[in-house]
Amino acid sequence: MSENAEDKEVKAAGAATLSKDAAPGETLLKVTGLQKHFPIKKGLFQRQVGAVRAVDGLDFEVRSGETLGVVGESGCGKSTMGRLITRLLEPTAGQIEFEGKDITHLGVGGMRPMRRDVQMIFQDPYSSLNPRHTIGTIVGAPFRLQGVEPEGGIKKEVQRLLSVVGLNPEHYNRYPHEFSGGQRQRIGIARALALKPKLVVADEPVSALDVSIQAQVVNLMDDLQEELGLTYVIIAHDLSVVRHVSDRIAVMYLGKIVELADRESLYKAPMHPYTKALMSAVPIPDPRRKNAKSERILLKGDVPSPISPPSGCRFHTRCWKATEICRTTEPALLELKPGQRVACHHPENFEDQAPQDTVLLTAAKEAAELVADEVLAESAETSAAVAAELAEEDTSEESTSEESTSEEATSEASTSETSAPEAAASDESTEETGSQESTDK
Amino acid sequence: MTELSKTGAAVGEPTDSSPKPSSFLEVRDLKVHFPTDDGLVKSVDGLSFQLEKGKTLGIVGESGSGKSVTSLGIMGLHTAGQYGKRKAQISGEIWLNGTELLSADPDHVRKLRGRDMAMIFQDPLSALHPYYTIGAQIVEAYRIHHDVDKKTARKRAVEMLDRVGIPQPDKRVDSYPHEFSGGMRQRAMIAMSLVNNPELLIADEPTTALDVTVQAQILDLIRDLQKEFGSAVIIITHDLGVVAELADDILVMYGGRCVERGPAEKVFYEPRHPYTWGLLGSMPRLDRDQQERLIPVKGSPPSLINVPSGCAFNPRCPYADVPKDNLTRTVRPELTEVGTKHWAACHMSQEQRERIWTEEIAPKL
Repeated sequence: MSENAEDKEVKAAGAATLSKDAAPGETLLKVTGLQKHFPIKKGLFQRQVGAVRAVDGLDFEVRSGETLGVVGESGCGKSTMGRLITRLLEPTAGQIEFEGKDITHLGVGGMRPMRRDVQMIFQDPYSSLNPRHTIGTIVGAPFRLQGVEPEGGIKKEVQRLLSVVGLNPEHYNRYPHEFSGGQRQRIGIARALALKPKLVVADEPVSALDVSIQAQVVNLMDDLQEELGLTYVIIAHDLSVVRHVSDRIAVMYLGKIVELADRESLYKAPMHPYTKALMSAVPIPDPRRKNAKSERILLKGDVPSPISPPSGCRFHTRCWKATEICRTTEPALLELKPGQRVACHHPENFEDQAPQDTVLLTAAKEAAELVADEVLAESAETSAAVAAELAEEDTSEESTSEESTSEEATSEASTSETSAPEAAASDESTEETGSQESTDK
Repeated sequence: MTELSKTGAAVGEPTDSSPKPSSFLEVRDLKVHFPTDDGLVKSVDGLSFQLEKGKTLGIVGESGSGKSVTSLGIMGLHTAGQYGKRKAQISGEIWLNGTELLSADPDHVRKLRGRDMAMIFQDPLSALHPYYTIGAQIVEAYRIHHDVDKKTARKRAVEMLDRVGIPQPDKRVDSYPHEFSGGMRQRAMIAMSLVNNPELLIADEPTTALDVTVQAQILDLIRDLQKEFGSAVIIITHDLGVVAELADDILVMYGGRCVERGPAEKVFYEPRHPYTWGLLGSMPRLDRDQQERLIPVKGSPPSLINVPSGCAFNPRCPYADVPKDNLTRTVRPELTEVGTKHWAACHMSQEQRERIWTEEIAPKL
């Protein structure tokens, strides 16, 4: 009887979740100043001699019902971030709030009830399923661990889940080795969905799969999001996959978010030079553009070590726009355009944030040699155009405010007016308005 | 073209009598089969293609379609027979520069390997020996084929490392593979494979293990080096973007056979095989506006032990019932010419395929 009561409670909670999800846009997960440093120990006494700064200060939020894509090169800390927000790792500093509750330092027991709401899909479908367990046991494990007795019994529910993800329910008693890679990934998805989670963190969910299978899994995740009102954080290195699945995208470089923006703005007008380089590096499946090499931005060398990341802006060692300020001052992640946060002193497609500083670093000069002149000219042009536009708005704003404050322009214009000139004026105030704006949404 | 129809007709027959080809590399009816306890694995089952010097052939396909086995077959890395009874069964002909490799003396092939034909492997960490320095490995590759002293060979190694863009090559030549990053290891691999100026370079998934920014560097490097050395390049990959970037011709493999082959433009803009359509549809693209949904190929790749009868693609093909008389499930389609230097193996008539492509598939991509 008591089990039944619990069951009802769970169902009630489930219903509450659904109604909550009906109002998307609410902040589901909020991360502030998140850090994870892995200590490097040496010698007889295992003294700490340094740390791998895998994640070094992240601020972002995930809204209910959306998909946040996280991209970056290997070693940028994106997987560590995924494991931190699911609390599989203990953060070094910072705060993680899930539905307004601080889960930063919850222990294993404290996290257990939260595990119903936060689930993870892993990259490698070969190592994330226990080879000695049947599919039934694997997908049914969340119910047993959480002490949940689904309606009609665990077996029936597991079989339902298997059919939801496109597997044959009769395969209940089979072992993982009897399935192909794509099918195994479906099993992983079924397990993640078993407890009707609110947030699913998927770490490279399709990168181990063949192209044709990749599309099947991407479509499946899409459908499930629509049906179940899921919120996804999808971590991947493939920019085309990320664009396909995400509503908003965070670009990471060496443990930091360098740009966080809506999908459209990010892909149409990337503002961080790293984002731009990253996107230009993706090979385009179009043989007619084969020799359009001029569009490509080649980066010099490799990503620096996260043990001793470069000072100032971490990208300055490979950036073709880097100046003295990039070496000395770390740029803050500011909302320069509505819905587009960037950490850069010299953003692309936007007004320069440090116009007085124009002398390029030697590294930048070397890097610029790899960048075609057309790209440089084009970026200078667009930046100048935006700067001119902003200056114009600036003066028009002054004139209107002199005449009458009630004659404020439309909401769209006003947001760009408030955010842009202030960004040039003072960093801190924009950060405030920026975060305010984003939470308002 | 006549060559092809001949090989097409001669499937299974001995082809010893066929004349010397005019192409730099010509593969005729290559079959690589592996006997296992579960049955014969037909990894490559009748593959033919030609490649000229200075040109790049891209071989695409899913895992298990026989791409890598083909490349190892050309390099003669299957015939060694060091696995006792479990030796690969290879038949067909591989003509490199007028020499047939499969029937040639193994010692002769060994001389060609590394000098006339070289290979870049997918995972440089497992392809490089962890115990020797990068320099020592390049020097070895050079000295096997050239009678020079160590000093000259070392100079050549430094020169090659410099050419592939490794900073401070005279210092890094003494580094061990683990001291290099992934991209630098792949560069070192490329340096090693190019040290003897090979005329044929086979790159098996050369950038799959690398990040996109490094991938762009490596692809650029391969392209430049090809221009410089004028080698023929075979690039094997599952990434259609990489192929479009480098290849002049594309060969699409499925279930150990070629299903479509032709110039890159043709294969991308006028593909004539449903599997190629499937590949193009499953791929999210950065250069197009956001697609609503991807169009995946249903099902999974076939087992190479029990390849479906008839067309190997028939269980996954949405148009399997278009040809009459259950043809797709009973008769294996041969490659037929569908355009200039463009072949596809499908039972549907050319008009049917043209119509399906232009009306049903292309608008959705």
